[in-house]
Amino acid sequence: MASTFDSTLRNLRETRVWKSIFRRGPANTNRTRSLAVFGNLFLHWLPVKVREKSLRLRASYYLGSISFILFVVLFVTGILLMFYYHPAAPHAYRDMKDLQFVVSSGVFLRNLHRLAAHLMVFAVFWHMFHVFYRGGYKPPHEFNWAVGVVLLLVTLFLSYTGYLLPWDQLAFWAVTVGTNIISAMPVVGSKIRFLLLGGNIVGENALLRFYVLHVVILPLVAFLLIGIHFWRVQKDGGLTVKRKDDDGKE
Amino acid sequence: MSDTKDSFVSEAAHTVPGDKEINRRDFLNEITMGALGIAGLGSVVVTYQYFAPNVLFEPSTTFRAGNPDLYPIHSVTFLQDQQVYIVRMPEGFYAVSAVCTHLGCVTQWKADADMIACPCHGSKFKADGTKIEGPAPRPLPHFAISLTADGELLVDKLQNIKPAQVLKV
Repeated sequence: MASTFDSTLRNLRETRVWKSIFRRGPANTNRTRSLAVFGNLFLHWLPVKVREKSLRLRASYYLGSISFILFVVLFVTGILLMFYYHPAAPHAYRDMKDLQFVVSSGVFLRNLHRLAAHLMVFAVFWHMFHVFYRGGYKPPHEFNWAVGVVLLLVTLFLSYTGYLLPWDQLAFWAVTVGTNIISAMPVVGSKIRFLLLGGNIVGENALLRFYVLHVVILPLVAFLLIGIHFWRVQKDGGLTVKRKDDDGKE
Repeated sequence: MSDTKDSFVSEAAHTVPGDKEINRRDFLNEITMGALGIAGLGSVVVTYQYFAPNVLFEPSTTFRAGNPDLYPIHSVTFLQDQQVYIVRMPEGFYAVSAVCTHLGCVTQWKADADMIACPCHGSKFKADGTKIEGPAPRPLPHFAISLTADGELLVDKLQNIKPAQVLKV
């Protein structure tokens, strides 16, 4: 059985279609394994080799990975929710209620999106604190630290823009209060509030603007920055591991 | 070759001190960068203009508050749709904003405590809008109030007036 599977796989690898997709042969030596990672669009920003220490739970508590997994969950559930949600004042609240009470699995997806969002803010903050206390902002990691701070802000903006979309009392007053905080900024404050809301009140325009920010602009920015963030982890020489660990004394 | 060099030097000697010679490459570079700068600035302006709506479908800021006789003397009436208090005192009428000057929550008139209270962060005001306590930075503004030709109260929420200006009916 195993031999037939092996031979089938071997035959498959000889086919023209396989060879057209996977440009290299089997990854059976260290060199070809490295090449397999380098030559793959989805893997090339991951390290070819990692130190075993940096894979330990206490090195990172996998907080960055958890944040990313939550982002993927939010991306998928968010797209699914978009199939039932109209970003317009007469529909938005009813669509949200429909998702809760009428749509099959709607309440599951909505709550998954909501809870994953809460958890992501928590995970991203925890990730930042952990990196900070391990000195992850020091050279050569300064740039990636800065990217991480922007990613934290993007996470918060995503939360805030998503908060308006249910179009209930909580959403309305949260955005009323939040945008009034913006207008406290000297000189440009009320201008920025006007642009953000597309008017003087939290109305139709504000809902649409927050929707576009929430589902297009901010996720695109987050995606780009996450790519840079992951790639730089590898380029900066992996996770910061305590010097004691580096010496192998522990 | 030496001729052109000589003429270049002599030409440079004739120029006013501080006036730089410019060759074709620098000239074209500066023209191009200048044009790109102007185009970039222009695109920032039109982008701003695009995102600032010219027509707003928002409720009118001027409204009629009905006949003055609807409001008894010594009363504070909250008009929920307009988020305005119509206050009638013996000296006359005034219209006070119900939107808290702290972060924009809608306040409530507490008749038993004789004050206006904000549910969000606990600011408290007198019926004439002056602050009693809380984080609100300013008193509640007074709006322009007048009588229409047919004798109804007319409030303009875009026009703030001094608290001393009271409409006598």
